[in-house]
Amino acid sequence: MTAPPEISAPAPRSGPPAPVGKPPRRSGRPYGEWLLAAGLLLPNLLLLVLFTYRPLVDNIRLSFTDWNISAPVARYIGVQNYVAWFHDGNSHQVLLNTLIFTVATVGISMALGLALAMLLDQRLRGRNLVRSAIFAPFVISGAAVGLAFQFVFDPNFGMIRDLADRFLGVSVPDFYQQPGWALVMVTTTYIWKNLGYTFVIYLAALQGRRADLDEAAEIDGASAWRRFSKVLLPQLRPTTFFLSITVLLNSVQVFDIINVMTRGGPQGYGTTTLVYQVYRETFVNNKAGYGATIATIMFLILLVITVVQVRVMDRGMNS
Amino acid sequence: MASVYFDGATRRHKGNARPSVDSVTLDIEDGEFLVLVGPSGCGKSTTLRMLAGLEPVDDGTIYIDGHDQRGVRPRDRDVAMVFQSYALYPNMSAEENMAFALRNAGMGKAEAHQRVLEAAKILELEPLLGRKPGQLSGGQRQRVAMGRAIVRQPKVFCMDEPLSNLDAKLRVSTRAQIAALQRRLGVTTVYVTHDQVEAMTMGHRVAVLNAGVLQQVDTPEALYDRPVNTFVAGFIGSPAINLVEAPVRDGQADLLGAPVPLQQRADAERVILGVRPESWTVGAQGVPVRVELVESLGAEAFVYGRPEGDPDGPRLTVRLEKKLRPEVGDVLTIAPVPAEVHVFDAESGQRLA
Ligand SMILES: Nc1ncnc2c1ncn2[C@@H]1O[C@H](COP(=O)(O)OP(=O)(O)OP(=O)(O)O)[C@@H](O)[C@H]1O
Ligand SMILES: [Mg+2]
Repeated sequence: MTAPPEISAPAPRSGPPAPVGKPPRRSGRPYGEWLLAAGLLLPNLLLLVLFTYRPLVDNIRLSFTDWNISAPVARYIGVQNYVAWFHDGNSHQVLLNTLIFTVATVGISMALGLALAMLLDQRLRGRNLVRSAIFAPFVISGAAVGLAFQFVFDPNFGMIRDLADRFLGVSVPDFYQQPGWALVMVTTTYIWKNLGYTFVIYLAALQGRRADLDEAAEIDGASAWRRFSKVLLPQLRPTTFFLSITVLLNSVQVFDIINVMTRGGPQGYGTTTLVYQVYRETFVNNKAGYGATIATIMFLILLVITVVQVRVMDRGMNS
Repeated sequence: MASVYFDGATRRHKGNARPSVDSVTLDIEDGEFLVLVGPSGCGKSTTLRMLAGLEPVDDGTIYIDGHDQRGVRPRDRDVAMVFQSYALYPNMSAEENMAFALRNAGMGKAEAHQRVLEAAKILELEPLLGRKPGQLSGGQRQRVAMGRAIVRQPKVFCMDEPLSNLDAKLRVSTRAQIAALQRRLGVTTVYVTHDQVEAMTMGHRVAVLNAGVLQQVDTPEALYDRPVNTFVAGFIGSPAINLVEAPVRDGQADLLGAPVPLQQRADAERVILGVRPESWTVGAQGVPVRVELVESLGAEAFVYGRPEGDPDGPRLTVRLEKKLRPEVGDVLTIAPVPAEVHVFDAESGQRLA
């Protein structure tokens, strides 16, 4: 049935040269490329599946059980954990804490980062030193930062107290005892740490911006504000988008600073965020199933926010 | 509208041994279209940017309308600029781009809109006003950039190679449009280009710059007919002028064997002779040239060749009328038209009389 090989085999390249234009297609090539692509992607895909997607699915599965972390078995209990979370009076406090902490860090660290980047984009003396100083906190571990800021906010001999006393003549609240102020404290601490990140990214974006637009705006007589809002900010839009997502995702997951400084307190839930609640339920209260439930809720919230962000930005950039 | 006066304007960039722009003195009349031309890196953009205030003037100064511009910021100079990149604000529509300066100056929305419409009509931009730069073709962007400059009705237009991003055909038509527009508006214009054809066709006067030094400022005709030195002679004209070193004997220069009488008493032993491609006659007497290349343009042809028997000799360009079409390898005997030969000093390259 098969044709003789002499006929089915591709003709050897001889005789008149192939006409100019598309090179003759070798049938083996696309397949080989597929194989190569698959081979190159496989290790990463494998890691992603093993360490990201599998735990994610596992976690969702656990959220429907009553698993106690010290128990060998887990019982399927349906959506009971979810019902419990929504009925828990502390959940609202935790959500609100998370919201305040996240919105404040995203907003303030991006605004401050941009302001500092604009300042240090100018030719100032010693700017390299200052740039490094601003970036440094970002690479310090959160636990160390938290520890250091415990001293800064210490109600008895902290730097804040000292400064307020000396220059403003006012006494400072006890950051460790009052829930609102405790949240301010951890938020401030994280902003300080995260500032280096937004600063560096914005600085890079500023240095890559188009100088000719600045010059055009100067010749067009734009005021400083209009130059900022109409010429500079639109150029930084992709960066702002990138930062808003990454800072959001990072700040929602802050654990170390809270753990070191307040352990989620004071007064029970004063600085407990979703992540910290997950930790507390899972490892302190041993309710791993319940912890998984909160983690799943958090995942869903982040998913929705990120999708909305991408949509909004996409529309903004295409118009 | 205003006159512009460069008074020994100099710009030194840090780290460069020579100034990028070296004591340029240049008087530009009110309403004049002056073209600044020169090879890449000669300081054209820098000169223009000094006028716009985007680049500091290290020595000397620049006057606009008789006012010293030292310490005057770009925004306060009432100068409009068309950038080579166009520098349109990508997030704004064509209309917003054009209205931006007007709105900055506090003009009301309605009035700015009116002004933009007028400019858009002149530039045939009306149907495109709502589009953003990303949705415009190169030529349309160029027109928006022009529009942004003209709505302001400034004292001076600065244009830095505004046509260099267009294709050849569009460049030719836009060239004519810009020149016509300038005549119509009568705004003093400094126009930078490295393209000598643009320079020759657009400007009232052309300023030739080389290595930061102003070489000659003249009408296009004068520049072509009486270049002050070998640089200008070589830069203006396409194909380029033939520049050949020639020994002088008995008041006559010896152009590869063809005698060229010198009107001026040249004491020098050598001169450089400049012969435009069209300043040759083909005949029985003169320099025999072996043809290496024939470029036929229809009505005319340019023939490139070297003196017969001298393969290392200078390459000569000859313009021929239609009736004569030599082949590669032919020998053509050419002689310069004595009255049209430019004579330059062999050392300094300066024109001799
Ligand atoms: N910021 C700068 N720093 C150092 N040197 C500079 C700077 N800007 C320009 N120069 C130098 O000044 C000289 C003139 O530059 P300029 O841009 O004016 O040239 P140009 O005539 O516009 O050239 P082109 O036709 O390529 O645009 C160049 O030799 C360039 O290297
Ligand atoms: Mg230039």
